[in-house]
Amino acid sequence: MRRWRTYGFVAAFLAVPLVLYTVFVISPYVQAFQLSLTSWNGYSSVVAYVGLDNFGRLFGDEVFWQALRNHGIMLLTLPVVTIAIALFLAFLLNLGGGPSGDGMRGLWGSRFYRVVFFFPQVLAVAVVGVLFQAIYRPDEVGVINGVLARLGVEPVGWLIEPGLALWSVIAVMVWQGVGFYVVLFSAGMAAIPKDYFEAAALDGAGRVRLFFSITLPLLRDTVQVGWIYLGIAALDGFALIQVLAGDKGEPDGATTILPVTIYNTAFSYQKVGYASAMGVALFFLTVTFAVLTLRTTRRERVEL
Amino acid sequence: MLSGLSHVALAVWALLIIAPLLWTFLASFKNNTEIFGDPLRLPGELRLDAWGRAWDTAHIGQYMLNTVIVVFFGTAGTMVFGSMAAYVLARFSFAGNRLIYYYFVAGLAFPVFLALGPLFFVVRQVGLLNSHAGLVLVYIAYSLPFTVFFLAAFFRTLPEAVAEAAMIDGASHTRTFVQIMVPMARPGLVSITIFNVLGQWNQYLLPLVLLAGDPDKWVLTQGIARISTLAGYEADWPALFAALSITILPVMVVYIVFQRQIQSGLSSGALK
Repeated sequence: MRRWRTYGFVAAFLAVPLVLYTVFVISPYVQAFQLSLTSWNGYSSVVAYVGLDNFGRLFGDEVFWQALRNHGIMLLTLPVVTIAIALFLAFLLNLGGGPSGDGMRGLWGSRFYRVVFFFPQVLAVAVVGVLFQAIYRPDEVGVINGVLARLGVEPVGWLIEPGLALWSVIAVMVWQGVGFYVVLFSAGMAAIPKDYFEAAALDGAGRVRLFFSITLPLLRDTVQVGWIYLGIAALDGFALIQVLAGDKGEPDGATTILPVTIYNTAFSYQKVGYASAMGVALFFLTVTFAVLTLRTTRRERVEL
Repeated sequence: MLSGLSHVALAVWALLIIAPLLWTFLASFKNNTEIFGDPLRLPGELRLDAWGRAWDTAHIGQYMLNTVIVVFFGTAGTMVFGSMAAYVLARFSFAGNRLIYYYFVAGLAFPVFLALGPLFFVVRQVGLLNSHAGLVLVYIAYSLPFTVFFLAAFFRTLPEAVAEAAMIDGASHTRTFVQIMVPMARPGLVSITIFNVLGQWNQYLLPLVLLAGDPDKWVLTQGIARISTLAGYEADWPALFAALSITILPVMVVYIVFQRQIQSGLSSGALK
Protein backbone atom coordinates (compact mmCIF):
# COMPACT_ATOMS: atom_id res chain seq x y z
CA MET A 1 0.00 0.00 0.00
CA ARG A 2 2.61 2.49 1.12
CA ARG A 3 4.81 1.43 -1.74
CA TRP A 4 2.11 2.11 -4.30
CA ARG A 5 1.53 5.49 -2.79
CA THR A 6 5.19 6.24 -3.32
CA TYR A 7 5.04 5.14 -6.95
CA GLY A 8 1.98 7.30 -7.46
CA PHE A 9 3.83 10.26 -5.98
CA VAL A 10 6.88 9.70 -8.17
CA ALA A 11 4.75 9.41 -11.31
CA ALA A 12 2.72 12.50 -10.44
CA PHE A 13 5.85 14.59 -9.90
CA LEU A 14 7.54 13.43 -13.10
CA ALA A 15 4.59 13.48 -15.51
CA VAL A 16 4.38 17.17 -16.48
CA PRO A 17 8.14 17.85 -16.72
CA LEU A 18 8.64 14.73 -18.80
CA VAL A 19 5.82 15.57 -21.21
CA LEU A 20 6.94 19.20 -21.68
CA TYR A 21 10.55 18.17 -22.18
CA THR A 22 9.71 15.38 -24.60
CA VAL A 23 7.36 17.46 -26.74
CA PHE A 24 9.38 20.69 -26.98
CA VAL A 25 13.00 19.54 -26.63
CA ILE A 26 13.50 15.88 -27.48
CA SER A 27 10.99 15.57 -30.32
CA PRO A 28 12.40 18.57 -32.26
CA TYR A 29 15.92 17.19 -31.85
CA VAL A 30 14.89 13.77 -33.10
CA GLN A 31 12.98 15.35 -35.99
CA ALA A 32 16.01 17.48 -36.85
CA PHE A 33 18.13 14.36 -37.41
CA GLN A 34 15.31 12.88 -39.47
CA LEU A 35 14.70 16.04 -41.51
CA SER A 36 18.40 16.38 -42.28
CA LEU A 37 17.91 13.39 -44.60
CA THR A 38 15.02 15.04 -46.48
CA SER A 39 14.49 17.92 -48.86
CA TRP A 40 11.44 19.19 -46.95
CA ASN A 41 10.56 22.85 -47.53
CA GLY A 42 8.45 23.42 -44.43
CA TYR A 43 4.97 23.33 -45.97
CA SER A 44 4.59 20.56 -48.56
CA SER A 45 2.76 17.47 -47.34
CA VAL A 46 5.22 15.19 -49.11
CA VAL A 47 8.51 14.66 -47.31
CA ALA A 48 11.05 13.23 -49.75
CA TYR A 49 14.04 11.37 -48.34
CA VAL A 50 17.25 12.25 -50.13
CA GLY A 51 19.68 10.22 -48.03
CA LEU A 52 22.92 12.01 -47.30
CA ASP A 53 22.54 14.44 -50.23
CA ASN A 54 22.21 17.44 -47.91
CA PHE A 55 25.52 16.63 -46.30
CA GLY A 56 27.12 16.17 -49.73
CA ARG A 57 25.81 19.58 -50.69
CA LEU A 58 27.26 21.12 -47.52
CA PHE A 59 30.76 20.25 -48.72
CA GLY A 60 30.26 22.23 -51.88
CA ASP A 61 28.51 25.15 -50.15
CA GLU A 62 30.69 28.23 -50.03
CA VAL A 63 28.64 29.86 -47.27
CA PHE A 64 29.11 26.77 -45.09
CA TRP A 65 32.90 26.88 -45.50
CA GLN A 66 32.93 30.61 -44.94
CA ALA A 67 31.01 30.05 -41.69
CA LEU A 68 33.38 27.27 -40.62
CA ARG A 69 36.37 29.50 -41.29
CA ASN A 70 34.85 32.22 -39.09
CA HIS A 71 34.07 29.73 -36.31
CA GLY A 72 37.67 28.51 -36.57
CA ILE A 73 39.02 32.02 -36.07
CA MET A 74 36.65 32.60 -33.14
CA LEU A 75 37.58 29.24 -31.58
CA LEU A 76 41.26 30.11 -31.73
CA THR A 77 41.05 33.67 -30.45
CA LEU A 78 38.01 34.12 -28.20
CA PRO A 79 39.01 31.65 -25.43
CA VAL A 80 42.69 32.68 -25.38
CA VAL A 81 42.07 36.42 -25.26
CA THR A 82 39.18 36.26 -22.79
CA ILE A 83 40.94 33.88 -20.40
CA ALA A 84 44.22 35.81 -20.57
CA ILE A 85 42.56 39.13 -19.71
CA ALA A 86 40.33 37.53 -17.05
CA LEU A 87 43.24 35.72 -15.35
CA PHE A 88 45.30 38.88 -15.35
CA LEU A 89 42.51 40.98 -13.84
CA ALA A 90 41.50 38.28 -11.34
CA PHE A 91 45.11 37.96 -10.19
CA LEU A 92 45.42 41.70 -9.68
CA LEU A 93 42.11 41.79 -7.81
CA ASN A 94 42.86 38.93 -5.47
CA LEU A 95 46.60 38.94 -4.97
CA GLY A 96 47.71 42.22 -6.51
CA GLY A 97 48.30 43.79 -3.10
CA GLY A 98 51.40 41.67 -2.83
CA PRO A 99 52.64 39.64 0.13
CA SER A 100 52.00 41.31 3.45
CA GLY A 101 51.93 40.38 7.11
CA ASP A 102 49.00 37.99 6.90
CA GLY A 103 49.52 36.47 3.48
CA MET A 104 48.37 37.90 0.15
CA ARG A 105 45.94 40.72 -0.09
CA GLY A 106 43.66 41.94 -2.79
CA LEU A 107 43.79 45.47 -4.04
CA TRP A 108 41.93 48.37 -2.55
CA GLY A 109 38.57 48.76 -4.30
CA SER A 110 38.54 45.22 -5.64
CA ARG A 111 34.87 44.82 -4.76
CA PHE A 112 33.92 47.80 -6.89
CA TYR A 113 35.94 46.50 -9.84
CA ARG A 114 34.35 43.09 -9.58
CA VAL A 115 30.83 44.57 -9.65
CA VAL A 116 31.65 46.68 -12.70
CA PHE A 117 33.48 43.93 -14.63
CA PHE A 118 30.66 41.44 -14.22
CA PHE A 119 27.85 43.77 -15.26
CA PRO A 120 27.94 43.21 -19.07
CA GLN A 121 27.27 39.55 -18.34
CA VAL A 122 23.73 40.30 -17.16
CA LEU A 123 22.88 42.36 -20.27
CA ALA A 124 21.05 40.63 -23.10
CA VAL A 125 23.34 39.90 -26.03
CA ALA A 126 20.81 41.55 -28.36
CA VAL A 127 21.00 44.75 -26.28
CA VAL A 128 24.80 44.66 -26.33
CA GLY A 129 24.62 44.24 -30.11
CA VAL A 130 22.50 47.35 -30.55
CA LEU A 131 24.75 49.27 -28.16
CA PHE A 132 27.91 48.43 -30.11
CA GLN A 133 26.27 49.17 -33.42
CA ALA A 134 26.15 52.75 -32.26
CA ILE A 135 29.66 52.67 -30.88
CA TYR A 136 31.12 51.17 -34.05
CA ARG A 137 29.35 53.54 -36.42
CA PRO A 138 31.57 54.10 -39.46
CA ASP A 139 31.32 57.91 -39.44
CA GLU A 140 32.53 60.32 -36.80
CA VAL A 141 29.23 59.94 -34.93
CA GLY A 142 30.39 56.59 -33.61
CA VAL A 143 32.14 56.83 -30.26
CA ILE A 144 35.35 55.16 -31.34
CA ASN A 145 35.59 57.13 -34.56
CA GLY A 146 34.72 60.29 -32.67
CA VAL A 147 37.69 59.73 -30.38
CA LEU A 148 39.89 58.88 -33.35
CA ALA A 149 38.78 62.05 -35.12
CA ARG A 150 40.03 64.13 -32.20
CA LEU A 151 43.38 62.45 -32.60
CA GLY A 152 43.27 63.29 -36.29
CA VAL A 153 42.70 59.73 -37.50
CA GLU A 154 40.34 59.01 -40.40
CA PRO A 155 37.11 57.15 -39.44
CA VAL A 156 37.42 53.37 -39.56
CA GLY A 157 34.64 51.12 -40.88
CA TRP A 158 34.72 48.73 -37.94
CA LEU A 159 31.85 46.60 -39.18
CA ILE A 160 32.19 47.46 -42.86
CA GLU A 161 35.78 46.48 -43.65
CA PRO A 162 35.69 42.76 -44.50
CA GLY A 163 39.07 42.23 -42.85
CA LEU A 164 38.02 43.97 -39.67
CA ALA A 165 34.36 43.05 -39.08
CA LEU A 166 34.91 39.67 -37.43
CA TRP A 167 37.52 41.11 -35.08
CA SER A 168 35.13 43.88 -34.08
CA VAL A 169 32.53 41.21 -33.24
CA ILE A 170 35.05 39.14 -31.25
CA ALA A 171 36.04 42.27 -29.32
CA VAL A 172 32.42 42.69 -28.20
CA MET A 173 32.28 39.05 -27.08
CA VAL A 174 35.44 39.59 -25.04
CA TRP A 175 34.03 42.83 -23.61
CA GLN A 176 30.92 41.06 -22.42
CA GLY A 177 32.54 37.81 -21.28
CA VAL A 178 35.64 38.81 -19.30
CA GLY A 179 33.81 39.78 -16.10
CA PHE A 180 32.21 36.37 -15.74
CA TYR A 181 35.58 34.64 -15.91
CA VAL A 182 37.12 37.15 -13.51
CA VAL A 183 34.53 36.08 -10.94
CA LEU A 184 34.99 32.40 -11.80
CA PHE A 185 38.78 32.57 -11.48
CA SER A 186 38.57 34.72 -8.34
CA ALA A 187 36.53 31.98 -6.68
CA GLY A 188 39.22 29.50 -7.70
CA MET A 189 42.02 31.72 -6.40
CA ALA A 190 40.26 32.22 -3.09
CA ALA A 191 40.34 28.45 -2.62
CA ILE A 192 44.15 28.29 -2.85
CA PRO A 193 45.58 28.06 0.69
CA LYS A 194 47.34 31.24 1.79
CA ASP A 195 50.43 29.45 3.08
CA TYR A 196 51.40 28.46 -0.45
CA PHE A 197 51.88 32.10 -1.32
CA GLU A 198 53.50 32.90 2.00
CA ALA A 199 56.03 30.11 1.58
CA ALA A 200 56.82 31.13 -1.98
CA ALA A 201 57.05 34.79 -1.04
CA LEU A 202 59.44 33.95 1.81
CA ASP A 203 61.59 32.19 -0.75
CA GLY A 204 61.69 35.45 -2.65
CA ALA A 205 59.19 34.81 -5.44
CA GLY A 206 57.81 37.98 -7.01
CA ARG A 207 54.26 38.49 -8.17
CA VAL A 208 54.91 37.29 -11.71
CA ARG A 209 56.54 34.14 -10.40
CA LEU A 210 53.68 33.57 -7.94
CA PHE A 211 51.19 33.78 -10.78
CA PHE A 212 52.90 31.33 -13.11
CA SER A 213 54.21 28.86 -10.53
CA ILE A 214 51.33 28.72 -8.06
CA THR A 215 48.12 30.35 -9.21
CA LEU A 216 48.01 29.06 -12.76
CA PRO A 217 48.76 25.36 -12.10
CA LEU A 218 46.24 25.24 -9.26
CA LEU A 219 43.54 26.88 -11.36
CA ARG A 220 43.89 24.37 -14.17
CA ASP A 221 40.44 22.78 -13.81
CA THR A 222 38.63 26.11 -13.62
CA VAL A 223 40.46 27.39 -16.68
CA GLN A 224 39.50 24.21 -18.52
CA VAL A 225 35.81 24.76 -17.71
CA GLY A 226 36.13 28.35 -18.94
CA TRP A 227 37.79 27.15 -22.13
CA ILE A 228 34.92 24.82 -22.95
CA TYR A 229 32.30 27.49 -22.22
CA LEU A 230 34.07 29.99 -24.45
CA GLY A 231 34.51 27.42 -27.20
CA ILE A 232 30.79 26.72 -27.18
CA ALA A 233 30.19 30.49 -27.28
CA ALA A 234 32.48 30.68 -30.33
CA LEU A 235 30.31 28.10 -32.07
CA ASP A 236 27.19 30.16 -31.30
CA GLY A 237 27.22 33.97 -31.49
CA PHE A 238 23.76 34.15 -33.10
CA ALA A 239 22.20 37.12 -31.31
CA LEU A 240 25.30 39.30 -31.46
CA ILE A 241 26.09 38.75 -35.14
CA GLN A 242 22.48 38.88 -36.25
CA VAL A 243 22.01 42.25 -34.56
CA LEU A 244 25.48 43.68 -35.11
CA ALA A 245 26.31 42.55 -38.63
CA GLY A 246 22.91 41.79 -40.09
CA ASP A 247 21.27 38.67 -41.49
CA LYS A 248 23.77 37.77 -44.14
CA GLY A 249 26.86 38.39 -42.08
CA GLU A 250 27.88 41.46 -44.07
CA PRO A 251 30.29 42.61 -45.37
CA ASP A 252 30.73 39.90 -48.01
CA GLY A 253 29.92 37.17 -45.51
CA ALA A 254 32.93 38.21 -43.42
CA THR A 255 30.98 37.44 -40.25
CA THR A 256 28.84 34.57 -41.52
CA ILE A 257 28.36 31.93 -38.85
CA LEU A 258 26.46 28.65 -38.82
CA PRO A 259 23.60 29.58 -36.45
CA VAL A 260 22.63 32.65 -38.49
CA THR A 261 22.92 30.62 -41.70
CA ILE A 262 20.72 27.90 -40.24
CA TYR A 263 18.12 30.46 -39.18
CA ASN A 264 18.03 32.05 -42.64
CA THR A 265 18.04 28.74 -44.51
CA ALA A 266 15.08 27.48 -42.49
CA PHE A 267 12.96 30.61 -42.19
CA SER A 268 13.91 32.87 -45.13
CA TYR A 269 14.64 30.27 -47.79
CA GLN A 270 12.28 27.57 -46.45
CA LYS A 271 14.90 24.85 -46.86
CA VAL A 272 14.10 23.08 -43.60
CA GLY A 273 15.79 19.81 -44.59
CA TYR A 274 19.03 21.49 -45.58
CA ALA A 275 18.98 23.73 -42.49
CA SER A 276 18.57 20.63 -40.30
CA ALA A 277 21.63 19.07 -41.97
CA MET A 278 23.61 22.20 -41.00
CA GLY A 279 22.26 21.88 -37.47
CA VAL A 280 23.47 18.29 -37.29
CA ALA A 281 26.89 19.39 -38.55
CA LEU A 282 27.01 22.11 -35.89
CA PHE A 283 26.05 19.59 -33.21
CA PHE A 284 28.92 17.27 -34.16
CA LEU A 285 31.33 20.21 -34.27
CA THR A 286 30.32 21.23 -30.75
CA VAL A 287 30.63 17.71 -29.36
CA THR A 288 33.97 17.16 -31.10
CA PHE A 289 35.31 20.39 -29.66
CA ALA A 290 34.21 19.53 -26.11
CA VAL A 291 35.63 16.00 -26.27
CA LEU A 292 38.93 17.16 -27.81
CA THR A 293 39.37 19.84 -25.17
CA LEU A 294 38.72 17.40 -22.34
CA ARG A 295 41.09 14.84 -23.89
CA THR A 296 44.01 17.10 -24.67
CA THR A 297 43.94 19.09 -21.47
CA ARG A 298 43.48 16.13 -19.15
CA ARG A 299 46.41 15.64 -16.86
CA GLU A 300 47.17 14.42 -13.40
CA ARG A 301 45.28 16.68 -11.05
CA VAL A 302 47.34 18.82 -8.76
CA GLU A 303 46.49 17.63 -5.28
CA LEU A 304 46.08 20.31 -2.66
CA MET B 1 54.83 50.97 -7.54
CA LEU B 2 53.53 47.65 -8.87
CA SER B 3 50.35 48.27 -6.96
CA GLY B 4 49.91 51.51 -8.87
CA LEU B 5 50.28 49.73 -12.19
CA SER B 6 47.71 47.17 -11.07
CA HIS B 7 45.26 49.96 -10.41
CA VAL B 8 45.88 51.46 -13.81
CA ALA B 9 45.12 48.11 -15.50
CA LEU B 10 41.96 47.57 -13.48
CA ALA B 11 40.77 51.15 -13.98
CA VAL B 12 41.28 50.91 -17.75
CA TRP B 13 39.06 47.85 -17.97
CA ALA B 14 36.45 49.41 -15.68
CA LEU B 15 36.44 52.48 -17.93
CA LEU B 16 35.98 50.28 -21.01
CA ILE B 17 32.87 48.81 -19.38
CA ILE B 18 31.39 52.02 -18.01
CA ALA B 19 32.08 54.41 -20.90
CA PRO B 20 29.78 52.84 -23.55
CA LEU B 21 26.93 52.53 -21.05
CA LEU B 22 27.34 56.08 -19.79
CA TRP B 23 27.54 57.36 -23.34
CA THR B 24 24.28 55.61 -24.26
CA PHE B 25 22.58 57.06 -21.22
CA LEU B 26 23.76 60.59 -22.02
CA ALA B 27 22.90 60.26 -25.71
CA SER B 28 19.26 59.62 -24.78
CA PHE B 29 19.03 63.25 -23.61
CA LYS B 30 20.49 64.66 -26.80
CA ASN B 31 18.62 65.80 -29.87
CA ASN B 32 19.48 64.61 -33.36
CA THR B 33 21.75 67.59 -34.05
CA GLU B 34 23.81 66.88 -30.96
CA ILE B 35 23.98 63.18 -31.76
CA PHE B 36 25.34 63.94 -35.19
CA GLY B 37 27.76 66.40 -33.69
CA ASP B 38 30.72 65.59 -31.48
CA PRO B 39 29.99 62.21 -29.83
CA LEU B 40 32.01 63.16 -26.77
CA ARG B 41 30.09 66.30 -25.89
CA LEU B 42 27.48 66.33 -23.11
CA PRO B 43 23.82 66.98 -23.97
CA GLY B 44 22.93 70.69 -23.96
CA GLU B 45 19.94 70.26 -21.68
CA LEU B 46 18.10 67.47 -19.93
CA ARG B 47 15.53 66.48 -22.57
CA LEU B 48 13.17 63.69 -21.63
CA ASP B 49 11.05 63.62 -24.79
CA ALA B 50 13.03 60.74 -26.34
CA TRP B 51 12.22 58.61 -23.30
CA GLY B 52 8.52 59.24 -23.86
CA ARG B 53 8.78 58.37 -27.56
CA ALA B 54 10.70 55.18 -26.78
CA TRP B 55 8.13 54.14 -24.21
CA ASP B 56 5.03 54.86 -26.34
CA THR B 57 5.77 55.16 -30.05
CA ALA B 58 8.49 52.53 -30.05
CA HIS B 59 6.41 50.30 -27.74
CA ILE B 60 9.18 49.71 -25.21
CA GLY B 61 6.55 49.79 -22.46
CA GLN B 62 4.60 47.04 -24.18
CA TYR B 63 7.73 44.94 -24.81
CA MET B 64 8.77 45.36 -21.18
CA LEU B 65 5.38 44.18 -19.94
CA ASN B 66 5.43 41.19 -22.32
CA THR B 67 8.90 40.24 -21.13
CA VAL B 68 7.93 40.49 -17.47
CA ILE B 69 4.90 38.24 -18.05
CA VAL B 70 6.80 35.62 -20.04
CA VAL B 71 9.80 35.53 -17.70
CA PHE B 72 7.62 35.44 -14.58
CA PHE B 73 5.59 32.43 -15.71
CA GLY B 74 8.54 30.85 -17.46
CA THR B 75 10.76 30.94 -14.39
CA ALA B 76 7.96 30.03 -11.97
CA GLY B 77 7.04 27.02 -14.11
CA THR B 78 10.68 26.02 -14.49
CA MET B 79 11.22 26.13 -10.75
CA VAL B 80 8.04 24.21 -9.88
CA PHE B 81 8.46 21.44 -12.44
CA GLY B 82 12.26 21.39 -12.29
CA SER B 83 12.38 21.03 -8.51
CA MET B 84 9.63 18.37 -8.55
CA ALA B 85 11.49 16.25 -11.10
CA ALA B 86 14.87 16.84 -9.47
CA TYR B 87 13.56 15.93 -6.01
CA VAL B 88 12.01 12.66 -7.13
CA LEU B 89 15.08 11.72 -9.17
CA ALA B 90 17.47 12.59 -6.36
CA ARG B 91 15.74 10.92 -3.42
CA PHE B 92 13.60 8.01 -4.57
CA SER B 93 14.84 4.76 -6.00
CA PHE B 94 12.62 3.22 -8.64
CA ALA B 95 13.09 1.35 -11.88
CA GLY B 96 14.20 3.75 -14.61
CA ASN B 97 15.40 6.50 -12.27
CA ARG B 98 18.89 6.70 -13.80
CA LEU B 99 17.46 6.48 -17.29
CA ILE B 100 15.09 9.42 -16.76
CA TYR B 101 17.85 11.46 -15.12
CA TYR B 102 20.17 11.01 -18.09
CA TYR B 103 17.28 11.64 -20.45
CA PHE B 104 16.92 15.11 -18.90
CA VAL B 105 20.63 15.82 -18.70
CA ALA B 106 21.15 14.78 -22.34
CA GLY B 107 19.35 18.01 -23.29
CA LEU B 108 22.46 19.92 -22.19
CA ALA B 109 24.53 18.46 -25.01
CA PHE B 110 22.45 19.77 -27.92
CA PRO B 111 22.64 23.29 -29.35
CA VAL B 112 19.22 24.97 -29.61
CA PHE B 113 19.89 25.63 -33.31
CA LEU B 114 19.58 21.98 -34.08
CA ALA B 115 15.97 22.01 -32.87
CA LEU B 116 15.02 25.37 -34.34
CA GLY B 117 13.19 24.38 -37.53
CA PRO B 118 11.28 21.41 -36.10
CA LEU B 119 10.46 23.34 -32.90
CA PHE B 120 8.63 25.97 -34.94
CA PHE B 121 6.45 23.25 -36.48
CA VAL B 122 5.86 21.47 -33.16
CA VAL B 123 4.65 24.71 -31.55
CA ARG B 124 2.47 25.46 -34.58
CA GLN B 125 1.04 21.94 -34.40
CA VAL B 126 -0.13 22.40 -30.81
CA GLY B 127 -1.64 25.75 -31.81
CA LEU B 128 0.62 27.93 -29.62
CA LEU B 129 2.55 29.83 -32.27
CA ASN B 130 2.61 33.61 -31.65
CA SER B 131 1.32 33.18 -28.11
CA HIS B 132 2.95 33.93 -24.77
CA ALA B 133 1.70 30.61 -23.43
CA GLY B 134 3.64 28.78 -26.13
CA LEU B 135 6.81 30.74 -25.42
CA VAL B 136 6.44 30.11 -21.67
CA LEU B 137 6.10 26.34 -22.18
CA VAL B 138 9.12 26.31 -24.51
CA TYR B 139 11.18 28.33 -21.99
CA ILE B 140 10.26 25.86 -19.26
CA ALA B 141 11.14 22.86 -21.42
CA TYR B 142 14.53 24.27 -22.45
CA SER B 143 15.39 25.34 -18.90
CA LEU B 144 14.62 21.91 -17.44
CA PRO B 145 17.85 20.04 -18.29
CA PHE B 146 20.14 22.39 -16.38
CA THR B 147 17.61 23.01 -13.58
CA VAL B 148 17.08 19.29 -12.99
CA PHE B 149 20.81 18.61 -13.20
CA PHE B 150 21.67 21.35 -10.71
CA LEU B 151 18.84 20.77 -8.24
CA ALA B 152 19.16 16.97 -8.23
CA ALA B 153 22.77 17.42 -7.12
CA PHE B 154 21.54 19.83 -4.45
CA PHE B 155 18.72 17.63 -3.11
CA ARG B 156 21.15 14.72 -2.82
CA THR B 157 23.26 16.66 -0.33
CA LEU B 158 20.36 17.30 2.07
CA PRO B 159 20.31 15.12 5.21
CA GLU B 160 18.03 12.09 5.26
CA ALA B 161 16.97 12.33 8.91
CA VAL B 162 14.65 15.34 8.73
CA ALA B 163 12.56 13.90 5.89
CA GLU B 164 12.36 10.56 7.68
CA ALA B 165 11.17 12.19 10.88
CA ALA B 166 8.44 13.99 8.95
CA MET B 167 7.31 10.75 7.32
CA ILE B 168 7.17 9.01 10.71
CA ASP B 169 4.99 11.84 11.96
CA GLY B 170 2.59 10.95 9.18
CA ALA B 171 3.34 13.68 6.63
CA SER B 172 2.57 12.71 3.04
CA HIS B 173 5.31 12.75 0.38
CA THR B 174 3.92 15.95 -1.10
CA ARG B 175 3.79 17.65 2.28
CA THR B 176 7.33 16.56 3.12
CA PHE B 177 8.47 18.03 -0.18
CA VAL B 178 6.69 21.36 0.16
CA GLN B 179 7.15 22.03 3.87
CA ILE B 180 10.47 20.37 4.64
CA MET B 181 12.63 19.79 1.59
CA VAL B 182 11.97 22.97 -0.40
CA PRO B 183 12.81 25.28 2.54
CA MET B 184 15.97 23.26 3.18
CA ALA B 185 17.00 23.56 -0.45
CA ARG B 186 16.58 27.32 -0.48
CA PRO B 187 20.17 28.34 -1.29
CA GLY B 188 20.20 26.05 -4.33
CA LEU B 189 16.76 27.23 -5.42
CA VAL B 190 17.81 30.89 -5.19
CA SER B 191 20.90 30.33 -7.35
CA ILE B 192 19.06 28.47 -10.06
CA THR B 193 16.14 30.93 -10.03
CA ILE B 194 18.54 33.80 -10.71
CA PHE B 195 20.17 31.75 -13.42
CA ASN B 196 16.81 31.09 -15.12
CA VAL B 197 15.45 34.63 -14.75
CA LEU B 198 18.55 36.04 -16.44
CA GLY B 199 18.61 33.38 -19.13
CA GLN B 200 14.96 33.84 -20.02
CA TRP B 201 15.04 37.65 -19.74
CA ASN B 202 17.93 37.76 -22.22
CA GLN B 203 16.59 35.12 -24.62
CA TYR B 204 16.49 36.35 -28.19
CA LEU B 205 16.46 33.38 -30.55
CA LEU B 206 13.35 31.55 -29.31
CA PRO B 207 10.98 34.55 -29.31
CA LEU B 208 12.38 35.57 -32.69
CA VAL B 209 11.20 32.26 -34.12
CA LEU B 210 8.05 31.68 -32.07
CA LEU B 211 6.54 35.19 -31.91
CA ALA B 212 7.59 36.43 -35.36
CA GLY B 213 4.02 36.83 -36.62
CA ASP B 214 2.66 39.12 -33.90
CA PRO B 215 4.71 42.27 -33.07
CA ASP B 216 2.31 43.18 -30.22
CA LYS B 217 3.55 40.15 -28.29
CA TRP B 218 7.28 40.73 -28.79
CA VAL B 219 9.72 40.72 -25.90
CA LEU B 220 12.33 43.40 -25.15
CA THR B 221 15.28 41.84 -26.95
CA GLN B 222 13.25 41.54 -30.16
CA GLY B 223 11.86 45.03 -29.74
CA ILE B 224 15.28 46.61 -29.22
CA ALA B 225 16.67 44.89 -32.29
CA ARG B 226 13.74 46.20 -34.34
CA ILE B 227 13.99 49.75 -32.99
CA SER B 228 17.64 49.66 -33.94
CA THR B 229 16.73 48.77 -37.52
CA LEU B 230 13.95 51.38 -37.63
CA ALA B 231 16.11 54.13 -36.15
CA GLY B 232 18.08 54.04 -39.37
CA TYR B 233 14.97 54.84 -41.44
CA GLU B 234 13.17 57.20 -39.12
CA ALA B 235 16.33 58.91 -37.98
CA ASP B 236 15.14 59.00 -34.36
CA TRP B 237 18.44 58.16 -32.71
CA PRO B 238 17.66 59.72 -29.32
CA ALA B 239 14.67 57.36 -29.01
CA LEU B 240 16.92 54.39 -29.72
CA PHE B 241 19.31 55.43 -26.95
CA ALA B 242 16.40 56.09 -24.61
CA ALA B 243 15.03 52.62 -25.42
CA LEU B 244 18.44 51.10 -24.66
CA SER B 245 18.63 53.03 -21.38
CA ILE B 246 15.13 51.92 -20.37
CA THR B 247 16.15 48.33 -21.05
CA ILE B 248 19.48 48.52 -19.24
CA LEU B 249 18.47 50.55 -16.15
CA PRO B 250 16.14 48.03 -14.43
CA VAL B 251 18.66 45.25 -15.05
CA MET B 252 21.36 47.44 -13.53
CA VAL B 253 19.28 48.21 -10.44
CA VAL B 254 18.43 44.54 -9.87
CA TYR B 255 22.06 43.64 -10.47
CA ILE B 256 23.43 46.15 -7.98
CA VAL B 257 20.98 45.01 -5.30
CA PHE B 258 21.55 41.29 -5.84
CA GLN B 259 25.09 41.30 -7.26
CA ARG B 260 26.44 38.87 -4.69
CA GLN B 261 23.75 36.29 -5.32
CA ILE B 262 23.88 36.82 -9.08
CA GLN B 263 27.65 36.39 -9.31
CA SER B 264 27.72 33.32 -7.12
CA GLY B 265 24.56 31.93 -8.75
CA LEU B 266 25.97 32.16 -12.25
CA SER B 267 29.48 30.99 -11.47
CA SER B 268 28.47 28.10 -9.20
CA GLY B 269 26.20 27.03 -12.06
CA ALA B 270 29.22 26.93 -14.36
CA LEU B 271 31.38 24.88 -12.00
CA LYS B 272 28.89 22.10 -11.29
